[in-house]
Amino acid sequence: MNLFCVGVSHHTANVSTREQFVGNATAESIASGVGCTEALVLATCNRVEVYAVSEKRISTDEIARCLMARKNCSPDSYVSPFYRYEDQKCVQHLFRVASGLDSMVVGESEIFGQAKKAYESARTSGAVGPYLHRLFQRAFRVAKQVRTHTDIARGAVSVGSVAVELAQRIFGNLSECAVLVLGAGETSERTARALVSRGVTDLRVSNRSIERAHDLAQAVGGRAVPFDNWAAQCREIDILLTSTASDTSLLTCDILAPMLRERLDRPLFIIDIAVPRDVDPGVNEMEGVYLYDIDSIRSVAEQSLVLRRQQVAAAEAIIAHHVTEFVDSISRGLGRASQMVERASLGENPLRASQL
Amino acid sequence: MDRYLLIASTICFLAAVVHTGFELRTGVFRPMRFNFLAIGLGFILQTAFLSLRGRELGRCPITNLFEVFVFLAWSVSLIYMLVGPAYRLSLMGAFTAPLVFLLQGFALITPIDARHPVNVRGNSWLEFHASISLVAYGAFALACIAGVMYLLQERQLKTHHLHSIFYHLPPLTNLFAAITRLLWWGFGLYTLGILSGFFTGHPLPRIQVVAAIALWILYAAILQARHLKWLAPKRVAALCIIGFSVALALLWGITFTAELHPMP
Repeated sequence: MNLFCVGVSHHTANVSTREQFVGNATAESIASGVGCTEALVLATCNRVEVYAVSEKRISTDEIARCLMARKNCSPDSYVSPFYRYEDQKCVQHLFRVASGLDSMVVGESEIFGQAKKAYESARTSGAVGPYLHRLFQRAFRVAKQVRTHTDIARGAVSVGSVAVELAQRIFGNLSECAVLVLGAGETSERTARALVSRGVTDLRVSNRSIERAHDLAQAVGGRAVPFDNWAAQCREIDILLTSTASDTSLLTCDILAPMLRERLDRPLFIIDIAVPRDVDPGVNEMEGVYLYDIDSIRSVAEQSLVLRRQQVAAAEAIIAHHVTEFVDSISRGLGRASQMVERASLGENPLRASQL
Repeated sequence: MDRYLLIASTICFLAAVVHTGFELRTGVFRPMRFNFLAIGLGFILQTAFLSLRGRELGRCPITNLFEVFVFLAWSVSLIYMLVGPAYRLSLMGAFTAPLVFLLQGFALITPIDARHPVNVRGNSWLEFHASISLVAYGAFALACIAGVMYLLQERQLKTHHLHSIFYHLPPLTNLFAAITRLLWWGFGLYTLGILSGFFTGHPLPRIQVVAAIALWILYAAILQARHLKWLAPKRVAALCIIGFSVALALLWGITFTAELHPMP
């Protein structure tokens, strides 16, 4: 029984190469096309991989042809970016993929959901048998363990997620936080949505164009505030998210100082993603004010990535343990199965595939 | 025998300190389980030590500086066991263990375990006064630890340099709420301790009374300023550290003068 993985990913090919292999083949078509006993296709924006089990050896070229089935392209041009892992290496590769170690952004969790979806799809079509079932179930378990026992998924790596993470480190529960979104840009909207998804209910939107403020407020479940009145809101709010196109600083120490005296025991978190900046950098020196501009948010995202990379060794150790255990359990299963085959040939119990 | 229990207890706290240091170095920090178990075991051994010593003395074992330090370390552990998990301040154990280890380690290595002749019957008001005051010190110690955690988290947020520990420290507002509660608990117990001091039936040394009232006024001022929102949370956190440092110095002085002028 051969277990193998053939694929192309962001490590080996650019997007124009990868996109040639997406959506052309299903697990079923691979299984029937090349004669595999079991097959599964994992296709994401960063990778297209085929996991398969076969009685005889199937070449990388055959799999690549299947993935390219509907394209008119010479075979030489697509075989080169493919990699191939077999047996133990294949198990290890899948565990790394599911845990987010092979992802472009190390530790991202989207791949876990995509792997689950690919597994469900292949299982429904009947292309997954007992071998891949056990392999993928174990991969999901390993991925969960890696996330729980290391900091591989810690820290945020996008503007929205950094803002949410920092807000949670300051306020804890965000459900009682009041947020003012100043400027109705696309990043503001995404960040506001991220904050709402973490429990924010009091969301106010202010923009020079009141219509745009109303539109965004409606889209994110907040309320519009006249632009003339935005500064006064700083007495009540906990988080200010600003991204206007103003050429000068809208919020300075002089404006904020009298308001801070009234809210000395409550921190104010300001996310300034505007360029040029809407908030005077000196505001960060004020007591209880935490100001993050676009550069400091990027810096936090980079620190998170460094932190995640530091966790790779710990994650690899967990994976190595599971690979050994999984390979051993499969070998024992095959050993038992071959004994049963012998007994079956002597007229004892019939061998069932599921017993593998 | 009782000293061995204390050594074992100190080793438990040392294990929690070493474990925390090791995890911080590797960057894989899972503070809750091991630290809580180590501190829990250390606390049981501390309790056993104090119980044996108390039985031997026939009174609450706070008759010399050595016992006072151990009782204080026990109070810190007790308050942590009550407060840490309840407020989900999982990292607090990582900060509590070094303090307890230092208190007990200091008590063990310095020759301060002098046995004084004591009245076997003791004075229940005096014992209540001393023990409740030390438990209050435990709450002030935990407020100090929460203050250190607050300043650490605040510093990281201000400078935008986030270390691995940042993701394990509780949010600023939760830490500040914990500081306030611990200050109130400590202040309440300390007030009770001071009041009970007037029922001991013996005149307390003037310096002790002045020192105790000065500390009470310091914590009352911190709480009042916090209540009236005169002080920013960062300053309250810093004052908790200063307050506990003053409290430790006064405790030393009070115990020292008490040893010079022992009471029945």
